[in-house]
Amino acid sequence: MSQPIRVLLAKVGLDGHDRGVKIVARALRDAGMDVIYTGLHRTPEEVVTAAVQEDVDVLGVSLLSGVQMTVFPKIFDMLRASGADDMIVVAGGVMPDEDVVSLKKMGVSKVLLQDTPPQTIIDTLTRLVEERGAR
Amino acid sequence: MGVYVPSVELIARVQAGETAAIGRLISRAESGLAEARGALARIHKLAGRAHVVGVTGVPGSGKSTLVSGLAQRLRTGGDKVGVIAIDPSSPYSGGSILGDRIRMSDLSADPGVYIRSMATHGATGGMARAALEAADILDAAGFGVIILETVGVGQDEVEIVQASHTTVVVSAPGLGDEVQAIKAGLLEIADIHVVSKCDRSDANRTLTDLKQMLTLGTGGHEPSDRAAPVIGTSAVSGEGIDELLEAIARHRDLTTDTDAGLARRQSIAEFRLRKTAENLLYDRFNAAAASASAKLAGQLMRRESDPYTLAEELLSTTLEREGDHERDVHSKSA
Ligand code: B12
Ligand SMILES: Nc1nc2c(ncn2[C@@H]2O[C@H](COP(=O)(O)OP(=O)(O)O)[C@@H](O)[C@H]2O)c(=O)[nH]1
Ligand SMILES: [Mg+2]
Repeated sequence: MSQPIRVLLAKVGLDGHDRGVKIVARALRDAGMDVIYTGLHRTPEEVVTAAVQEDVDVLGVSLLSGVQMTVFPKIFDMLRASGADDMIVVAGGVMPDEDVVSLKKMGVSKVLLQDTPPQTIIDTLTRLVEERGAR
Repeated sequence: MGVYVPSVELIARVQAGETAAIGRLISRAESGLAEARGALARIHKLAGRAHVVGVTGVPGSGKSTLVSGLAQRLRTGGDKVGVIAIDPSSPYSGGSILGDRIRMSDLSADPGVYIRSMATHGATGGMARAALEAADILDAAGFGVIILETVGVGQDEVEIVQASHTTVVVSAPGLGDEVQAIKAGLLEIADIHVVSKCDRSDANRTLTDLKQMLTLGTGGHEPSDRAAPVIGTSAVSGEGIDELLEAIARHRDLTTDTDAGLARRQSIAEFRLRKTAENLLYDRFNAAAASASAKLAGQLMRRESDPYTLAEELLSTTLEREGDHERDVHSKSA
């Protein structure tokens, strides 16, 4: 019996846009994944602690407030400090192209912006976890 | 963690309380990896000190909120607290949305609280299959109190009592006329009853109803000392949390080094043993039945034989295979 993919979906900071993340959560559940949602207004520290405790395959951060360039460096620092650097990190929401480039360099595996069809998100996460292999 | 770390190498790190190692070993337990068996056996030996508190009640009754309040208060007393929050998987997709952490966000910056969400993945009884192994892992990591939150929604959803040292059943006002513990068949399993949301005006009625139901059970007499206490709590005002902790401590004392406690531990062990065997059987059957059942189904469809005869045949062909099934099952999950 193969284990469902575990995903933690997080909203960080003052960003109150949660329509997208809820759509993503339902789509991933309906694709057979276990989705942990931590609610609005979390700090990067809280998100990383939760992701490490939950030992998720994928940490997905949804951001529509423009603060990605301060949030993701903190997330990666804390993941490394926790010894969880094999965690796949993806981002979604609204952000400019130049930030997408920087985020990828930082270690974000995939950035999926507005109007991404849910099936694309499902396929992307499935592929990323497959490529990572057993852990 | 990078490369695959063998499970046995995680043991020392679990004992040192390292979050990532605890998390990873729980994942290995969840996936039922054969590779993790030896490590989990060692962990089981190391465990046995923690007090396991089960919290159950219908969805929306306030369990997660209550667990958060309990854990916070326990932390001020110095205990490290583990929380295992179990929610049902969708019967359609097998996936789940696990939202208990949303109600526990007050705990999320405290390294002395470890929260793990689990989906039932088809296991009945409201208990995820690996929940008890996760409890052992947290126990071995030095968490003194482990709280199991499970959804209790029916007569057969009462496994939690067979896994925990103290069982708390939560009922909320305003979720229907009757006390939900009664409807859900949870009345008898409670060591302690909680009526949550006591900041609400209709809570008194629920408290009265519940106390009355419990007295009826004793033939109209006043409940004895042994009867499960009924405690009103509120996450809004903080009312009742201390009282609940005292009741849990009292129950713990009543079941430590006593005949009643010994009997409870014996039945927990028996349950665990049977449940583990049941899970093994289930895995082996499913792994082996997949190919055999298609052929037998054809015979059934054409009415060449009957369901019982064919089911017996399916059982004997699937369960007589030995030795190799373990590898079969686990190579699929790797
Ligand atoms: C609806 C909306 C609101 C609603 C939000 C309702 C809610 N509960 O979600 C309300 C009216 C409350 C609102 C308020 C504000 N908003 Co507004 N809002 C929007 C709007 C029009 C649409 C957002 C939306 O819901 N889209 C639909 C969903 C389904 O799409 P999505 O969230 O992008 O999600 C998709 C993908 O991004 C991806 N995805 C999302 N998350 C994740 C996560 C992972 C892991 C993955 C893999 C994928 C993924 O999957 C989804 C499906 O494809 C956008 C404009 C826009 N074009 O995006 C502005 C927008 C986001 N808002 C904006 C602003 C400025 C605000 C306010 C500050 C306005 C104000 N001055 O008050 C407030 C802030 C409120 C707050 N506390 O955060 C700006 C943000 C600018 C920026 N980032 O620099 C935008 C871009 C508008 C603009 N062009 O200026 N807003
Ligand atoms: N008024 C009030 N609401 C509460 C209390 N405890 C929980 N709730 C609310 O009840 C709902 C369900 O709570 P939750 O803890 O998620 O219940 P669970 O499904 O049993 O885990 C949420 O909206 C909570 O905010 C309480 O003490 N008072
Ligand atoms: Mg809950």
